[in-house]
Amino acid sequence: MSARRLLAWAILIAAVLFFALPLIGMFEFSLRARRGTWSLDAYANVLKDPQFLGTLAYSAVLSVVTIVLGILIVVPTAFWVRLKFRRFRPVVEFITVLPLVIPPIVIVFGYLRLYNTSSWLPLTGSTTGTDLLLSLGYVTLSLPYMYRAIDNGLGAFDLKALTEAAQSLGAGWGRILYRVILPNVLVAVLSGAFITFAIVIGEYVFAALMNRPAFGPYMVWTGSNKAYEPAALAVVAFGLTWGAMGLLQLAATLSTTGLSKTRLSKTRRTR
Amino acid sequence: MADITETSLLPENRKQPRRAALDWLGLVPFMAFAVLFLLYPTAHIVIGAFRATDGGLTLDYMAGLFTPNIIKAFTLSLEVSLLTAGLGLALGLALALAVVRGGLPGFIRSALLTFSGVASQFAGVPLAFAFIATLGRLGFVTVLLKAIGIDLYGAGFNLITLSGLVLVYLYFQIPLMVLIITPAIDGLRTDWAEAAESLGATTAYYWRRVALPVLWPSLAGSFALLFANAFGAVATAMALTGSSLSLMPILLFAQIRGDVLNSQQLGYAIACLMIAVTGIANLLYIVLRARADRWTK
Amino acid sequence: MGHLDLVHLEKAFGATRVVEDFTLSIAEGEFISLLGPSGCGKTTILRMVAGFESPSAGAIRLAGADISGLRPRERNIGMVFQSYALFPNLTVRQNIGFGLEVAGLPKPEIAPCVDEMLALIGLDALGGRYPFQLSGGQQQRVALARALAPRPRVLLLDEPLSALDAQIRVSLRTEMRAIQRELGITTLFVTHDQEEALSISDRVVVMNKGRAEQTDVPFAIYNRPATSFVANFVGALNTLEAVIENATGGHVRIADLTVPLGRQLQGQKGDSIRLAIRPESFRHGAGAGGDIVLPAVLEDVHFLGSVIRIRARVAGQLISVDSFNRPDQPPPPVGATTALRLSASDILVLEAS
Repeated sequence: MSARRLLAWAILIAAVLFFALPLIGMFEFSLRARRGTWSLDAYANVLKDPQFLGTLAYSAVLSVVTIVLGILIVVPTAFWVRLKFRRFRPVVEFITVLPLVIPPIVIVFGYLRLYNTSSWLPLTGSTTGTDLLLSLGYVTLSLPYMYRAIDNGLGAFDLKALTEAAQSLGAGWGRILYRVILPNVLVAVLSGAFITFAIVIGEYVFAALMNRPAFGPYMVWTGSNKAYEPAALAVVAFGLTWGAMGLLQLAATLSTTGLSKTRLSKTRRTR
Repeated sequence: MADITETSLLPENRKQPRRAALDWLGLVPFMAFAVLFLLYPTAHIVIGAFRATDGGLTLDYMAGLFTPNIIKAFTLSLEVSLLTAGLGLALGLALALAVVRGGLPGFIRSALLTFSGVASQFAGVPLAFAFIATLGRLGFVTVLLKAIGIDLYGAGFNLITLSGLVLVYLYFQIPLMVLIITPAIDGLRTDWAEAAESLGATTAYYWRRVALPVLWPSLAGSFALLFANAFGAVATAMALTGSSLSLMPILLFAQIRGDVLNSQQLGYAIACLMIAVTGIANLLYIVLRARADRWTK
Repeated sequence: MGHLDLVHLEKAFGATRVVEDFTLSIAEGEFISLLGPSGCGKTTILRMVAGFESPSAGAIRLAGADISGLRPRERNIGMVFQSYALFPNLTVRQNIGFGLEVAGLPKPEIAPCVDEMLALIGLDALGGRYPFQLSGGQQQRVALARALAPRPRVLLLDEPLSALDAQIRVSLRTEMRAIQRELGITTLFVTHDQEEALSISDRVVVMNKGRAEQTDVPFAIYNRPATSFVANFVGALNTLEAVIENATGGHVRIADLTVPLGRQLQGQKGDSIRLAIRPESFRHGAGAGGDIVLPAVLEDVHFLGSVIRIRARVAGQLISVDSFNRPDQPPPPVGATTALRLSASDILVLEAS
C-alpha cells in the first residue's frame, strides 16, 4: 500500500519536473535580454513592436468569429441529432473526430487547391474571403472539442422533455434553441469556446499558408530573427492559454455553484 | 375522384415522409460545412494524387514518392510518431494511474486535469521556444547543468535531433494521453481489483487478466490518436529546427509554399500518403475496438 | 473458540471511530448476519475480515490463527460484492474459474469444478455468456459461484441482494442459504434489511454506531430486543408514553388507564417510561383473548390483502395494529370504537428517553 503511494509520488514529482522546467526555462530566458542582469527588456521590445499588437488583435478577432461560427454550426446540429437522429449520431461523431485524424496541413492544402482564384468558390481571391476561409478552417480544427463539449452538455439534461414542454407551450424552433437549449448548455459552449480560443491564438500552419498576419506566423518570424523576444512571446502565449482555461474553470464553478444555490433555495421554499 | 378519397382516407401516410424529409433539413448546415471544409478538400487531395492530367487514373505520382529524401522524411516522421505515441501512452498512463489510483491528495487530480487541458493545446511555436530556452545551447537547464559540471552538448545531446524532438512532442502527448485515459481508468471499478485479490490474484495478475483487457480499446484508441497528432504536427518541429529535420509535414509545407519539388501532383501524393498512414492507424483502432466490443454493450 | 473469531476489533479513520470493541465468535458452518443502518460499521468489519482494511486494534482469528497480518489474497476468504464485480471481459465460466486458475490448477481440473459450480447455481446453460448478457440475479449467482469455487474457509456477503428487484431478492436469498447449508460454509452476511437478516440467519448481530447492540438468534432478536435501538430497528413498533404507578407491583398508567405489566420496574412512582408493542400483538373483535384491554378509536383502516392495518388512537396516542385477514370478518369501519386486547408479556419496557 505505502509502496504504491511512494511510486505514485515519484511519478508525480518526475512529471512536475518535466512539465515545470520548460516553463521556468522559458520565463528565465525571457528575462535575459539585458546582459548580466534580469530585466523586462524583451517584453518592452515586444510591446514596442506594432506588429505584435496587430497580429495578436487579428488572431483574437479571428478566434471570436471562429467561436461564433462554431456555435452556430454545432449547437443546432448536436441538438437535432440528439432529438431526432439518434441512429445518425455515430456518423456525425465520426465526422467530428476526423480533424484529429486527418493532418491539418492536408486540410489546408485542400482549401488552397479548391478555393483559389480560378475555382467556383474563389475565397482566397479577396482578403475578406481568405479571412473567412481561415476562420472556417479553425472551426474545422476545433470541431472535435466543440462538438464533444456541447454534446456532453446536451446529455446532462432531459432534452426531449424540455423541448416537448416548450413546444406544448407554443414555442418555435428558434425560441426553443435560444431560450431553452442554449442557457442549459452555456457552460459547455463556453468550454468549447475557450478551447477554440486557445487553438486559434497560436495557430501557425493555416495562417502561414494562407498568408494572413496572425500571431502564430509572427512568433515564427520573431523566432528566426530575435534572441530573447521569442521566449517573451511564448510566455505571453502560454499566459493567454492559461487565461482561457482559467476562465473556463471559473465559468464552470460559477455556474454549478449558482445552479445548486437556486436549487437549494427552491427546496427550502417548498419545505 | 379516387385519388381524393384515398388521400383523405390516409392522411398519416402522406404526412409522415414529408415530416421526415423536413427533419433531415436540420442537418443540412452541418453536412454542408463538413463536406465543403473537411470531406471534399480531403477527397480532392486523395483523388488528385491518382488523376493524370488527361483525367485518367495514374500511379505515377505515388510512385514518385520513392525518392531518397521523401523516404527519409517518411521514415523519420514514422519514427517520431511511433516513439512519441508509445512513450506518451506509457508515461501518460503511468501518470494518470499514479494520480487517480495512487492514493495522492484529491486536489492533485483536478490540478493535473486542468494542466493537461492547457498543455495538450500548448503545442506549436511557443512550446518550441520554451524548449529552446530550456535545453538549447544557452538554455536554462543546459547552463545550470554546465555550472555543476555536466556538459549536455559535450555529451552529444542536441535538441535538434530525433531524441530532442521526441522530448518536445512528449510535452503535449503525455497530457493528451492523461486527458483521454483518465475517464477509462475511472471506469475500472475498485471492486474488480478487490474481487481478484480475494480470489488470490496478485496485482500483476489482475492487471494482465482483467484491467489491461478492459482498458485495451481505450489504449488502442489513444495510441491511434497520439500517433495522428504527432504525424500531422508541423509548427512545433518547424519552430524548433527550422527545416533541418525533414519530416513529412514539413516537406509538404515547403511543397505548398512552392519552395521545393516543383510538382503539384507530388504534393498531392505526399498528402495522400499522410492521410493513408493516419487513416490506417485509426482503422486498426476501429477494428480492434470492434473485437473488444463483444463483451461490452 | 469458534471457526472465525473477531476479538475486540476496533477501526478508526482519523478521528472517527467506525468500529468499537467488536467481539464475535462464529462456529464452523454458521450463517451470521450483521444488521444495521448505513454507517454502522458492518461493512468495515466485513472488509477487515477480507483484508481490505486493517484493524486499528484487536485480532481476527481463523481456525485459531491470527490472520490480521495477511494480505487479502493469502487469506482464502470468498467475497461477494453488492455490485457483483464480475470481470466484464471474462465469460461466466472464466469468471467462476478465476480463483482456481490463480491457484495454479491445471485446466482439465478446473473444468469439472466450474461445471459443478454452474450446476449448483442452476446456470449450466449460460457458461459461455459474458456478464453483460445476464440479468442482475444471474450475475450475482455467478459471483457467488466464483467466490465459492476455490473452496474458501469463510464466505463474506456484502449486501449481495440490495441491487436486485424485490422478487428476485427473496428467491435468491433462499437459494443462497440452501447452497450455504449444502456446502456447510461459514458465512458472514452484511445487510440493512431486517427481514433478510431474520429470515436466513442462524444468528443476527444488530449493530449501531460501530457497536454490537445484540447478538442472538432471530427469534430472540425480534421478540426480546435487548435495547431500544434493536426494538426500533427490527420490525415495526408502537411506542406508548406511560407513567409508573407502582414500580414493585409493575403497574403503569397510560393517561387515565392503569395497566398491570406483571413485572418489577426500574424507577419510582411518577417516572415516565416508554412501552413498546408490536402491531401484531394486539387482538380485537369477537373471541379475542388477552388480559389487558385498551379502548381505542379507529382512525384509519387499510386493507392490504393478507393483512389489515389499522391506525387507532389509544389514550390520545396513535398506534398501528396489524391483524390477519379472515374471510368471515370484514375490516371494521373507520370511526368505530373497539377494545384492543393484548397480553402483558407482549409489552416491552424501554428505558425512558
